[in-house]
Amino acid sequence: MDKMTPAVALRGITKTFGPVVANDHVDLDIFRGEILALLGENGSGKTTLMNMLSGIYYPDEGQIFIDGEEVTIRSPKDAFDHGIGMIHQHFKLVDVLTATENIILGLKEKGRLDLKAAEKRIREICDAYGFVIDPSQKIYEMSVSQKQTVEIVKVLYRGADILILDEPTAVLTPQETDRLFAVLRSMRADGKAIIIITHKMHEVLDLSDRVAVLRKGQYIGQMATRDTNAQEMTDMMVGRSVSLNIRRPEPVDPKPRILLEGLTVRSPEGILKLEDVSFEVRSGEILGIAGISGCGQKELLEAIAGLQKVEAGHIYYVEDNGEKEELIGKDPLEIQKMGVSLSFVPEDRLGMGLVANMDLSDNMMLRSFREGHSVFTDRKHPHELAERVVDELEVNTPSVSTIVRRLSGGNVQKVLVGREIASAPRVLLTAYAVRGLDINSSYTIYDLLNRQKEAGVAVVYVGEDLDVLLELADRIVVLCGGKVSGTVDGRTADKNEVGLMMTRLGGGTERA
Amino acid sequence: MHNNPKEPLIHITKRGALPWHRAWGIRLLAILVALVVCGVITTITTGLDPLAVYATMFSGAFGTVRRSWILGQDLAILLCISLALTPAFRMHFWNLGGEGQILAGSLATASCMILFGETLPGPVLILLGIVASLAAGAFWALIPAVCKARWNTNETLFTLMMNYVATQLVAYFVIVWEVPKGSGKIGIINQSTEAGWLPVLAGNRYLLNILVVAVLTIAMYVYLTYSKHGYEISVVGESEATARYVGIKVGKTIIRTLLLSGAICGLTGFLLVAGTNHTLTTTLAGGQGFTAVMVAWLAKFNPLGMILSSFLLVFLRRGAGEISTIYGLNQSYGDILTGIILFFIIGSEFFISYKLHIRKSGKKVAAQESTAAESATAETAAEETAAEAVAAEDTADKKEVGADV
Repeated sequence: MDKMTPAVALRGITKTFGPVVANDHVDLDIFRGEILALLGENGSGKTTLMNMLSGIYYPDEGQIFIDGEEVTIRSPKDAFDHGIGMIHQHFKLVDVLTATENIILGLKEKGRLDLKAAEKRIREICDAYGFVIDPSQKIYEMSVSQKQTVEIVKVLYRGADILILDEPTAVLTPQETDRLFAVLRSMRADGKAIIIITHKMHEVLDLSDRVAVLRKGQYIGQMATRDTNAQEMTDMMVGRSVSLNIRRPEPVDPKPRILLEGLTVRSPEGILKLEDVSFEVRSGEILGIAGISGCGQKELLEAIAGLQKVEAGHIYYVEDNGEKEELIGKDPLEIQKMGVSLSFVPEDRLGMGLVANMDLSDNMMLRSFREGHSVFTDRKHPHELAERVVDELEVNTPSVSTIVRRLSGGNVQKVLVGREIASAPRVLLTAYAVRGLDINSSYTIYDLLNRQKEAGVAVVYVGEDLDVLLELADRIVVLCGGKVSGTVDGRTADKNEVGLMMTRLGGGTERA
Repeated sequence: MHNNPKEPLIHITKRGALPWHRAWGIRLLAILVALVVCGVITTITTGLDPLAVYATMFSGAFGTVRRSWILGQDLAILLCISLALTPAFRMHFWNLGGEGQILAGSLATASCMILFGETLPGPVLILLGIVASLAAGAFWALIPAVCKARWNTNETLFTLMMNYVATQLVAYFVIVWEVPKGSGKIGIINQSTEAGWLPVLAGNRYLLNILVVAVLTIAMYVYLTYSKHGYEISVVGESEATARYVGIKVGKTIIRTLLLSGAICGLTGFLLVAGTNHTLTTTLAGGQGFTAVMVAWLAKFNPLGMILSSFLLVFLRRGAGEISTIYGLNQSYGDILTGIILFFIIGSEFFISYKLHIRKSGKKVAAQESTAAESATAETAAEETAAEAVAAEDTADKKEVGADV
C-alpha cells in the first residue's frame, strides 16, 4: 500500500459539549505500519477525538478520510465496517460469558452459531500475534491484563486494522506492559495502524514511531519519536517549559508517627493479604511503598485509615511526646475525632474518595460537614475551599458548581488531593496519587506532597512508578506478596535492587 | 462550515445547562403539544370537540369551590406521601412500601379512636393518634430498613411485600371492629361524639390537612437541602463506599432515614382517618403510595418541584374522572389522555439535556423546539429520560454496547 496515503486522515474536526470545546479544528494523519502516540494533558481532548473515530460521538464539524476516501462514522458499527477498533480504558465485557462468547457477541454472521469455529479463529489470531488467553475462560475469572487481551482480540476478530488504545498500560504491571508492547510491535509489522494514548513518556519513547500533541482541544504538532525527547514533548503538551526533576527536600525533624507491628489482614475470601507487616512512618518524611500491584498496598492503607478489618497486630499513632494510641478497632470517624488527622487519598477516587454526582463544593464538605453544632451544614467555607483548590491546583472546570463526574480524571484527582491536604493532616496516606494524571499534574501533586512533608506531615506514598519513588521518597518499604521484603533509603537505593525485592522476599540478599 | 452529504439526518449532542426559563419553556411546550395530540385523538376516536373536553376536564378540577377544595385535599395527601418517600429515594433506597406504611398509620389512628374514644379527652386523643400513627408508620418502614442495613436485603421487594401484610392486617381489624356486625365495614368512627376527629378550620374540613402538608413541604426541603442529615442521605445514596470512607455510618443513616420516611407515611394515614375519612378501609391509600413514586421522580426528588408534579397528577385524575362521567366514556379514556400528557412531559426532559441537529441543506439547525421533531423522537426521548439524567459519556457507552450486542 502507498505509504503516503494515510490510513486515517482527520480534517478540521470540532466537537463541543455544551459550552466546552473538546476538539477545535483538529487535523491528524495516521499511517499503516506505524504506531502513533497521541499526547496531551488531561482534558486536552484525546479521548474525545478517538471516540469520534470509533463512532461513539459524532463530530460537530470536520471530515474523516479512510484511505483517502471521505467517510461518515455514525456508530461503532460504522467504525468496524471501516476497520477501526478501539480498546477503551474501561473494558466493555460481559463478566459471566467466556472470552469467545464476548468476542463474537453482536456479530451477525450467516448460518448457525458455531462456537468451535469461532474459537479456532480466535486461537489463530492469538498465535499470529502472541496473545496468551484461554478462549473458554469466563471473563470474571480473568486478570485485568487478560481482559484487556480479550478486548484486543475482539477488535482484531472483527477485522480491525486501525487500532486505538486508550491508556492501555494504566492498569498493567511492568511485565504485562512489556508483553502488550511486543504484541503491538508484531501488529505494526503486520501493517496495522496503531494509535496509543498514554501519559508515560518512557513508553512513548520505547514504543511509538511518531507522536502527535493536543493541547486544550487544539492540534499542536507532530514529530518522529526518534527526533524528540521527553522534555520537548512535555513542553509541547503543557505549552511552556516544565522541569522534569522532582525536588526532594531533607526530612524535617523526623519522629515516629505511625507504628505498625505484626499487622496481618485477610480478605473476606480468607486470602492472606498482609502478613506480619511492621514498619514505622515518620513525620516530616515521605515514605514510599513499592510493590507489584495487588501486594497488599490497598489493605495496608485501608487498615491504617480504619476501613479494613485486621486479623492480628497493632497500628499505633504516636503523639509528639511519645504516647501511643491504638488505631485498630476504631472506625474512620473515631480516628478523625481523636485528633488523629489521617487524610487518605484512596486508590479508587470516584468510587470512594468523592461523590461523582455532587459538585466540587459539596465534595469539599465530605470531610468537614460535621463541624459546628448546628443541624445545618456550613456551605460557605466548602465553597471557598473549592475555589481555592481550583485556583491553586489549576483544576480545569467551568465552575465550582460543576458536578465532579464531568471533570476529566486528572482534575478529579486534584480535587481529591486538594481536599485531603486542606484538612491539615498530620498523616497523609496516598495511593496511586498520580495514576492517570498527565505529567504536569503529576508534578503539581509531587510538589504538594513535598510541601506537606516540609510542614512536618508524615506522608505515605504508594506508587507504581519506581523511578518516581526513587526520586521522591526518603525511605521506601518494599512489599512482596503481603510481606515486607525490605526497607531501603530512597537516596541511595538502586532501581534493580528494589525491582528484585518486589518480586522476591529479601531481594538482593537472597541472590545466589 | 462543512457540508457533508452523508451526514446523518439527525444527530444528538449534549447541551450545557439551560437557563431555567428556557427549560420551563420546553416543558410548557411539551404540555401544549400533548394537549394537541390528545385533542386529535379525541376527535378521531370519539368525535367530540376537544376544546369542550378540555373545558370539562378543567371544570372537573376547578368547576366549583367544593371541587377546588377537594383538589387541594387530594393534592395535599399525594404530596404528603411523596414527601415521605423522598428522603429514602434520595438515599437510593427504593421505598415502595408507602401503601403499607400509610395503612399502618391509619390502623394505629383508628384503633386509638375506637379504643379510647370514650375515655380520653379530645386533644389528648388527637395527640395520641398522631404519636401512634407516626410510630406505626415508622415501625413498618423500620423492618425492611434494618434488614437492608444488616444483611443488605432487597428493599424494593421487601417494602412491596410489607404492603400486603399491612392490607391483611387492616382487613382483619375491620372485621374485629365492624359496625354493625356482619356488614364487613367499620363505618364512620365516633360519628356522634366526633372524638379524635381533627378540628375543622375556618369551616373547611380540608384546610387543616393542606396547611400541615404545606409546612411539611418546606420543612422537608430545608431538611434535605441544608441539614447535615440531608447531606449524609445524599452521600450514602450516591456512594456507600465514599460514605464509609468519610466516616458516615451507613446502616445508621439508612435506619434513621427510613424511620422518617415511614413516620410521614404514618402521618398521612392519620390525616386520612382523623382528618377527612373518619373510617378505616383496606383501600384507604388507594394506590397513592405508588402514584407518589411518580410524583417524586417527576420532580427529581425536589420537594418544591413535587408541588407542581403532584398538582399535575391530581388535576389530570380529577379532570379525567369528570370526562368519563359527563361523556359516558369509561375511566380508561381519561387514563389514556393522562398517559399521553405524562409521556410528553417526561419526554421533554430529553430536549432539555440534549440538542438535536437536523441536516438541512448543508446547514445544521438546532431544532430542539421543533414540534415535528419532538413528536417524531418522543419515543427515544422517553427512553432517554427514563434512564434519568444520563451523562454524555454514559450515553456514549450505551450506544456502543447497543451496537456491540
